[in-house]
Amino acid sequence: MHSPSHAPSAPTLVERLARPLPPLPGLDDTLSHSIRGRSLWADARRRFLRNRAALASLVILTVIVLLCAFGALPSPHAFDEPDFDNMHVAPATDTAHWFGTDNLGRDLYVRTLLGGRISLMVGALGALVAVLIGTLYGATAGFLGGKTDSVMMRFLEILASFPVMFLVILLMTFFGRELWLIFLAIGAVSWLDMARIVRGQTLSLKRKEFVEAARVCGVSRWGIITRHIVPNVLGIVAVYATLLVPSMILFESFLSYLGLGVQEPMTSWGALLEQGAKSIEAAPWELGFPAAFLITTLFCFNFIGDGLRDALDPKDR
Amino acid sequence: MHMPQRLACLSSAAAALAGAIGAFAAEVPPGTKLHPVQEIVRGNGTEPATLDPNKSEGRPESNMAVELFEGLVTLNPDGKVIPGVAEKWESREDGRVWLFTLRRTAKWSDGSPVTAHDFEYSFKRMVDPKTASQYAWYLGKACNVKNGRAIVAGKVPPSELGVKALGDHTLQITLEKPVSYLIATLSHGSLMPVPRKAIEKYGDKWTEPGNMISNGAYKLAERVVNERIVMVRNPHYWNNAKTVIDKVTFLPIVNQSAEYQRYRANGIDMTADGGVPPEQLKQIRREIPNELVTWPQLGTYCYVFNFRKKPFDDVRVRKALSLALQREVIAQKLVGTGETPAYSFTPETAEGYSPIEHDWQRWTQAKREDEARRLLAAAGYSKARPLRFELLYNTNEQHKKIALAAAWMWRRIGPVEVVLVNQEWKTFLDSRNRGDFEVSRYAWIADYNEPSTMLDLFHSQHGNNDGKYNNPQYDAIMDRAKSTLDAGERTRLYQDAERILARDFPTVNVYHYSNRHLIKPWVKGYGHNPEGRILTRDLYIVAH
Amino acid sequence: MLKLILRRLLLEALPTLLVLVTVTFFLIRLAPGGPFSSEANMPPEVMAAIAAKYRLNQPAWQQYLGYLADLARGDFGPSFKYKDFTVNDLVWAAVPVSFRLGLMAFVVAVVVGIAAGVTAALRQNSWVDYSVMGIAMIGVVLPNFVLAPVLALVFAIGLKWLPAGGWEGGKLIYVVLPVAVLCQHYISVIARITRGSMIEVLGSPFIRTARAKGLPAGYILRRHALRPALLPVISYLGPAFVGIITGSVVVETFFGIPGIGQLFVNGALNRDYPMVLGLTILIGALTIFFNAVVHILYGFIDPRIRIH
Repeated sequence: MHSPSHAPSAPTLVERLARPLPPLPGLDDTLSHSIRGRSLWADARRRFLRNRAALASLVILTVIVLLCAFGALPSPHAFDEPDFDNMHVAPATDTAHWFGTDNLGRDLYVRTLLGGRISLMVGALGALVAVLIGTLYGATAGFLGGKTDSVMMRFLEILASFPVMFLVILLMTFFGRELWLIFLAIGAVSWLDMARIVRGQTLSLKRKEFVEAARVCGVSRWGIITRHIVPNVLGIVAVYATLLVPSMILFESFLSYLGLGVQEPMTSWGALLEQGAKSIEAAPWELGFPAAFLITTLFCFNFIGDGLRDALDPKDR
Repeated sequence: MHMPQRLACLSSAAAALAGAIGAFAAEVPPGTKLHPVQEIVRGNGTEPATLDPNKSEGRPESNMAVELFEGLVTLNPDGKVIPGVAEKWESREDGRVWLFTLRRTAKWSDGSPVTAHDFEYSFKRMVDPKTASQYAWYLGKACNVKNGRAIVAGKVPPSELGVKALGDHTLQITLEKPVSYLIATLSHGSLMPVPRKAIEKYGDKWTEPGNMISNGAYKLAERVVNERIVMVRNPHYWNNAKTVIDKVTFLPIVNQSAEYQRYRANGIDMTADGGVPPEQLKQIRREIPNELVTWPQLGTYCYVFNFRKKPFDDVRVRKALSLALQREVIAQKLVGTGETPAYSFTPETAEGYSPIEHDWQRWTQAKREDEARRLLAAAGYSKARPLRFELLYNTNEQHKKIALAAAWMWRRIGPVEVVLVNQEWKTFLDSRNRGDFEVSRYAWIADYNEPSTMLDLFHSQHGNNDGKYNNPQYDAIMDRAKSTLDAGERTRLYQDAERILARDFPTVNVYHYSNRHLIKPWVKGYGHNPEGRILTRDLYIVAH
Repeated sequence: MLKLILRRLLLEALPTLLVLVTVTFFLIRLAPGGPFSSEANMPPEVMAAIAAKYRLNQPAWQQYLGYLADLARGDFGPSFKYKDFTVNDLVWAAVPVSFRLGLMAFVVAVVVGIAAGVTAALRQNSWVDYSVMGIAMIGVVLPNFVLAPVLALVFAIGLKWLPAGGWEGGKLIYVVLPVAVLCQHYISVIARITRGSMIEVLGSPFIRTARAKGLPAGYILRRHALRPALLPVISYLGPAFVGIITGSVVVETFFGIPGIGQLFVNGALNRDYPMVLGLTILIGALTIFFNAVVHILYGFIDPRIRIH
């Protein structure tokens, strides 16, 4: 379908969009996972570790994750305990309200960290769902090609022209408001781009010699997809996944804005932000602290994503 | 002491007097220096579903209807019923037939006279199933107008409605049985006259600017859905000389923070009812305390128990939860814009009602909680077997806050675990109507100023009795009250009804609503109407 | 070319839209709560009268066929919520507003985004690069429901330069804040894409050759680098344009702008079936259309790609 002179990877729109990586050269020759010597992965790791922004981000992100997991332990306050005499109280050390309190007098420090746990979980699980569905769907469509491919892509396009927000509102109203449903809903609407990217990659991969070789050796189609295609697109999948996590977190915050987020008294950064935006002037700390955490986290994910992409794409440097 | 003044209108002599007073429209005190530009921008909370009064659905619509149109009667700034297009009225046959005399000066905005035929047309149109009005039931059920119910049910043609023009200036309304508070119900926003010729000419498009003819103090000038509705003075309004404001713009802003920001940037002079963002309350009290205006509203915020679900058929559980709720804290600290803690369902300010006091009302909170603990233990709940239930509320910042506080207060008294469930509005309504809840948020705002609009909710046959509370004794009292013409007797019946509710606890009453607005200091002329209506024709802007 | 367009329309656009309509039609009817449920329950007779008026008493398939028949005539039906209007009235009043707002935000986003991206790429790893990309990243991570009140607070209430909301037919001072909030996300994304592809292009052999020939840097940038570097940006523009126009829900609600974003959210929340369907069709059609436009544009810029 593309003019042969520009093979192997005359770009489709979506491939271009995602700045596609060439197939990893190290794996072209080795069909097994035991790579000796300076493998591509070792190279990538070295390049990643040299990227100061990415490395610093990784450290900061680790700190945030640990803080969210264990940081609330030293606080004397519970996340759901209101205090009607101390509503909208500014941060102070003597009350142990290190981040102040919210509109019910609940401790914001504990709630910010709890919100972080939920947001990070929504982000990670949502991205996982999107990546799993997207990768398998894209790889299958790209590898099988022909009629199957065009039917699968048509289906994708229909989904893509469906107003996402409406779909989510419907899902949320149908099935109540369970936390896992939020993961699912968010993941289920964001795998489309992933699928397109992986399909593009697969299209160019399947004409490669090692895939031909596997086919000649009688490896089943499913075997080729899972053993040869998927591992080769993992690089770009990893990059995309790190960039997907922040957009998942943001999407959750949009749902919170619409009142469709997590169920109280649980909270998320998005819910805290939505709440904080309403009382910017009266209680700026209610916006400030969760926003600082959210923005730092998203920054880190973006830097790590960029770092990974640069590390995995040898031609860039 | 609570002798309802409005019921004095029952006698035709008093009505004739009232007609002579005509004491409404803007009353500017002598010596007031008016601003040269008399234009005002008001919030309306949301986009009205329609400007057709007959199809009105609630407050956002009736707010518009009463600016553009004027019914037989209208309300003065403090909510008292005063003559509107009808200058006087009298009843005959023991209150079964009412004759309204229309003022000859009443005109439509095109200059043609408003006649009794316009009212007859409007009322019949409203009950006609073809119109599909959501308030079609109102004339039959609330006003008891003859054949109202049968027409809505499709058994009798609309032409048989008990409303008839006797000449151009006399309207006769025939009731199935006397209703003591008929005049109060007639101020409803859906009972405005509508212009027959415009409706017949333009069909559904008659409410558009240019097509609409109206008989109120204002006429429609411009409408942009989801942005604004502009009205200008109607020079043909019979009392136009008393109107001061020349132009009023209503903004349908749903987001309270957004409305507040625009209020502060001087883009709005008066926010919508309830247009006081709770998160900014502290700042408002600090910086613009004089601009926060609140007064009691005829409405109650509560939690309703579902009698079909165990253990809420057990009065001990219901009573325990009701006693344990610190309603004073919620009303004063959490909400804090003039709301009052609710011990009974009927707001104390309702006309024709005299509040009763329950014994536990005087108890300290500690004593109430002790009693609640005792009741829960008696009902068989302990640490090992806690009372677990879901509390349903619709998605909204304020409801969330109150539900969180309530859950915490209940948990405090012992073996209670509350799971909060919030649902988006329509889903919430669906769950509640289907009885798919255990305890749910519930609120009711009066349709007219009389206790029955509140207390009827607990009648076993009422369509909004979502908890399915059923007490034959209660039903009997309410049925009797409805046809009792003696005001004192009726007040006593309503008190009896409240006493039954105070024994059965079908709801946890939380607080009585307040009307609350932010109003710029230069806007004057508004009163404290418990139904919340603020008519622009009563307002004026002082020099600033 | 005409044949191509026709084929796209008949074989791709129409079937996609039909699936979209069908799915939406039945999905929204499954959602709990009907269009006419309200706090005050109506007596069943009243409900029946309303259902009859809006054909809701017919079986679903009959409603569906009726809807398709109306649709074929270009009639989206009456709005269930806003009873004074048909969906056509409301949508065609709101579309120009959203379009105007969206177009302005789009132009600003493209111009500023590309300029920022190119600037950053040309000074890769300098403080210019870091600060431009840092600001861009804040744009990506800051939700607009936070930015809108902050900007209104600063520029409308603090400095009193601009109104805090309203539309007034799209007068310039009313448009500034909404456009700023609406385009921030897209500026950031476009800047990031531009920077990335620009760096890639600048490192490629043909640019090195041009440099070796001693061509001036500005010339290389304009004649050689910009075109290929913009390819990924262009493929992003289709979805971005649709996203800007339809995704202005927050902006429209906050600033009180009478566009389709508000209509859509209110439609979904009110269960205004015809409104939701009408807008879904409109948005779906827009998406398909702009994807096609991008495809064609792409062909003009990159001669390697031929549309077939």
